Amino acid sequence: MELFLQNFANIDSLVKIWPLLAQGLSLTLLLALVTLPLGLLAGLAVAVTYSFGNGFSRRLIIIMIDLLRSFPALVLLVLIYYSLPFFGISLPGFAAVVLALVINNTGYYGEIFRAGIESIPRSQHEAAAALGFGRGRAMVYLILPQAVRRVVAPLASNSLELVKMTSLASLVALPELLRSARVAQEQTYNPTPLTAAAVIFFVLLWPFSRWVSQMEKKALKERA
Amino acid sequence: MDQILENYFNLAVMARALPTVFDGFLVTVQVALSVIVIGIGTGLALALLRCAENPLVNGVISLYVEVFRTLPQLVILIFIFFGLPYMGIRFSPFMAVAVGLGAVLSAFAAETFWAAINALPKGQWEAAAALGMSRTRCLFDVILPQAVRLATPLITNRAIAITKGTALGVAVSLQETLGSAQSVMAILANPSPLTLAAGFYLLFFIPLVIASRIIENRMAKTTG
Repeated sequence: MELFLQNFANIDSLVKIWPLLAQGLSLTLLLALVTLPLGLLAGLAVAVTYSFGNGFSRRLIIIMIDLLRSFPALVLLVLIYYSLPFFGISLPGFAAVVLALVINNTGYYGEIFRAGIESIPRSQHEAAAALGFGRGRAMVYLILPQAVRRVVAPLASNSLELVKMTSLASLVALPELLRSARVAQEQTYNPTPLTAAAVIFFVLLWPFSRWVSQMEKKALKERA
Repeated sequence: MDQILENYFNLAVMARALPTVFDGFLVTVQVALSVIVIGIGTGLALALLRCAENPLVNGVISLYVEVFRTLPQLVILIFIFFGLPYMGIRFSPFMAVAVGLGAVLSAFAAETFWAAINALPKGQWEAAAALGMSRTRCLFDVILPQAVRLATPLITNRAIAITKGTALGVAVSLQETLGSAQSVMAILANPSPLTLAAGFYLLFFIPLVIASRIIENRMAKTTG
């Protein structure tokens, strides 16, 4: 037990590496704050385009969404970060991570918003038209508010996954929380920084993950 | 345009990379299958264990579920591969990914199966008791078949999302599709092997994504 504590919860090493971890944490938060709204907006744009599209463009969007959903985020990130330099374009790590995560989540968010918009009955669109709403205004004022309310649970669940995914940044040498912990671990020959990073991630994300799970349970109950 | 062909679709490079990347793809398939078997098997077992309503066992299962639902997959893999050896527990890269992602999937599956079991009306248990069925028989013959149906779309989506995480294996030096493509890319100084890897991922995941769409549509119809 003593050996275990010395290895995995070593106070001395924790004090020494704390500044590094704090710096990593702030970068993780920054990544999440930049990526979340961009991903949501891109997904929303795809879904709205789908609902205004004709048969052909709709099929095209579905294919695009499925392609994006079939592609591991890390593969996208490696493609952006390691292959663009062959063209003389080298994105900094931060931009590469944001770009990869936004593209990846456009597929997920797009599908969620699309399902929400499609679940609103046609009669609502017709009623809006009868009241003299244009299609754009009907979408913004009538359809979207109801659609978004119906898909809050999957939206929250996907947003949680997105925040978790920011740890991929560690693989392109961006010193976010996980990367900082790895660096610290190699400096101290001690896994305490890894434990600390795991605890920080858990404390940060757990309330959100509980909330998501409650909402998913409610949704299941409604279907049963 | 020539530059794109030269760098991303260089057939000569691809031909040389193919054997290595294909070997990597086989590893991806093996890890993915292991993750699904470990994850769904353990998840179902945990959900059933929870039905025994032993407070101590349920407490331990809840803690397990919360931890593995909440932590980023990469943090878990790094901890298993670089942290646990300090405790004398060593996993091969393959086992680290299979066990790590398997644990994540099992947490989601346990939670979803458990939620589905609880989402069914209590009257079913009472009706089964009135017919003289024992609780265990009721669980296996009446409740479970319905709960599994209810949980299927959610669990398929999770399973796909988590098996895509096998690409994270590069972080623990697993020579799967992405990892082997990256090493060939470094040797040949050309990113075409990445295109090849991307193609293999699409080959594997597009059918799964389409299958999940079909399952979702079918469930939406039957539960209306």
